[in-house]
Amino acid sequence: MKVFMSRSLPLVALVCAVATLALPAAALAKTEIHFWHAMTGALGDALETQVKQFNESQGEYEIKPLRKGSYSETLTAAIAAYRQKNPPHIVQVFEVGTQTMMLSGAVYPVWELMRDNEVTVDWNDFIKPVVGYYTKDGKLYSMPYNSSTPIFYYNKDAFKKAGLDPEKPPKTWQDVEAYARKIIAAGGAKCGFSTGWPSWTMVENMHATHDQPFATKRNGFDAVEGVELLVNGEFGRKHIGALNAWQKDNVYSYGGRAGTADPKFVNGDCAMYIQSSALISGFTKSIKFDWGTGELPHWGAPYKKATSIIGGATLWVLKGKPSAEYKGVARFLDHLSKPDQQMWWHVNTGYLAISNTAVRNLEQGYHFVKNPKQHTAFAQLTGLPPTPPAAMKDKKAAPAKPERVATPNSSGLRLGNFVQIRDVIEGELENIYGGKKPVKQGLDDAVAKSNALLKEFAITYKP
Amino acid sequence: MKRTVFPNRWLPYLLVAPQVAVTIVFFFWPAGKSLYLSVFKSPPFGGRDIFVGLDNFTALLRDPEYYESVLNSFVFAGGVTVLSVAGGLVVAVLANQKIRGLGLYRTALLWPYGIAPAVAGIIFLFIFHPAYGILPYFLSFVTAYEFNWLLKGWIAMTLVVAATSWTQLGYNIAFFLAGLQGIPTSVMEAASVDGAGPVRKFTSIIVPLISPITFYLVVVNMVFAFFSSFGVIHAVTQGGPGNATGIMVFKLWKDGFIGLNLGSSAAQSVILMAVVIGMTMLQFRFAEKRVTY
Repeated sequence: MKVFMSRSLPLVALVCAVATLALPAAALAKTEIHFWHAMTGALGDALETQVKQFNESQGEYEIKPLRKGSYSETLTAAIAAYRQKNPPHIVQVFEVGTQTMMLSGAVYPVWELMRDNEVTVDWNDFIKPVVGYYTKDGKLYSMPYNSSTPIFYYNKDAFKKAGLDPEKPPKTWQDVEAYARKIIAAGGAKCGFSTGWPSWTMVENMHATHDQPFATKRNGFDAVEGVELLVNGEFGRKHIGALNAWQKDNVYSYGGRAGTADPKFVNGDCAMYIQSSALISGFTKSIKFDWGTGELPHWGAPYKKATSIIGGATLWVLKGKPSAEYKGVARFLDHLSKPDQQMWWHVNTGYLAISNTAVRNLEQGYHFVKNPKQHTAFAQLTGLPPTPPAAMKDKKAAPAKPERVATPNSSGLRLGNFVQIRDVIEGELENIYGGKKPVKQGLDDAVAKSNALLKEFAITYKP
Repeated sequence: MKRTVFPNRWLPYLLVAPQVAVTIVFFFWPAGKSLYLSVFKSPPFGGRDIFVGLDNFTALLRDPEYYESVLNSFVFAGGVTVLSVAGGLVVAVLANQKIRGLGLYRTALLWPYGIAPAVAGIIFLFIFHPAYGILPYFLSFVTAYEFNWLLKGWIAMTLVVAATSWTQLGYNIAFFLAGLQGIPTSVMEAASVDGAGPVRKFTSIIVPLISPITFYLVVVNMVFAFFSSFGVIHAVTQGGPGNATGIMVFKLWKDGFIGLNLGSSAAQSVILMAVVIGMTMLQFRFAEKRVTY
């Protein structure tokens, strides 16, 4: 008997130890909240860090982030999961999916979620352009998370080589053309400028910043039926016509859709580039030459100078989960919207901080004085002058005067089947740039096909 | 023909059952669901399917872009089939000689077949992309002409046809080699005695004798080019520029999974299935007559 006890004692002790370790886990199981997103690379790392911070700050809920692929793939996966009655709690959807989400009947609007879970949020603190995009009847439907806007990037070394002032990026399209020709002549680069996300930067944002309507019914905000595109108007033909003509001398060089043209700028092939402000963090790590940011070029009179529209994505909450779990969702979204979290996210990713408090804190901490590149996006969205004025250091100085106005045409777009519409527009742009169709015909075809898509959407969603 | 007789009445059905189950679950069930979906207009998140009869089909038949994608599919499939079957035959004839290192050559020739179409696409991207490809970089020292297939449709189509044919070559070579080795040497010797040159031997003896294999490979390559080529298009051109490489199977994926138009996507898959079935039937009816078994 004694021998038996001494032999098996370690084993018994081990079993007891394991049992005691397992018990707390079973008793204090954290509620799991599933968060499907599309962030990759440095952005994905930042998201995971932020989620980890939240998980470690409290013991009731555990957010489980899962990258499902691109924005499209994440949305499709969420739809399939919803149809199987097993959706994630939170899904990150890009801005072009807004109308689809709003009319889906599958979302739990954020304002309702916060109200039902007794979380107070200062909705008025969010910056207007971001909130305006995702609000219906004055109430916010999804939580803004990673918002960006297109800005102008330029190669300061190439500017210096051409004898241009590296601290003065071009403000007008006429200057862009002139600078491009000078730079190519001086051997500073092979091409003047290129663009990413062609529809978002050159069609949607150009119309917005020049106070031109993109579509009827206030860009789709006022109705679902009867919306039609207006991009084949006089302004659209002028701008796309210029881009098309500029290809001849390599003033403009088309590099593909989404971000496939990024290497053209990073390699120094093109001296100037128009893409999302979210690229700042990536560029900071990968670009070897001296570079800067500026606001989007403008054609000048007779067009007004208006604010640009946002891109990026927001977090939508899906219906169909047990109500107790939504408390965790509300807490997490509230956490993300706190000024310190927003400041952290902005500093680490380059996406915008979306509340006025966060922006003020960043200003007061001289963040923009130290990182002038990151101020460009804020300025363009809120209308302020692009470079942080020296007055920012002087806290007693009067606030800067706005240079751009927000107009009904620059407050965003709300269109059904928007993903396909963008695809149609980008396809027709390729037909134009490739010489397959003249500018007017390409734009007319884009409008005709898009209008058909909008009609189709209205039929499917007829109440 | 030998007929196998099973002693047990149920055994043959039992043995076939797993395959039948797989075929039903992975082929008939999804096909049936597609047929069902093709007559509805469904919002992505579901909940209000609207029965629209043949509206999805008529909308497609009235869409010029759909006809473009059908044409692109035929051009693509035709190009891939001709290139990979003819190329495969030529290479198989060359690999059928008694030369040193034959085993090595044959391994190298068959290797690309193991590469997934998407991977082949990525390889071609890194070679040919105007912004970061290695070939345009070298070509820029030689000529000023930019092979910018991001803007020129015919260059993009050539690129994806080449990438797909390259992966299919291995499969065809393997089959042709087997066929060539089945040709009795006595026939070839008799031909030489009669004074036939290599070209005459090829056209009058080799081609007819391996015609069953050629017929089979043409059918299989065609079906592959219509259905399984999705990977190359998705990885390399995404249907662009414009709609130049938007083949039917890519368009139906894009409309269904990116555009979230499930009804139209299902209708397109029904049409695609009908087209390929029709083509295969035509091939069996007409081309099989020329095959000498």
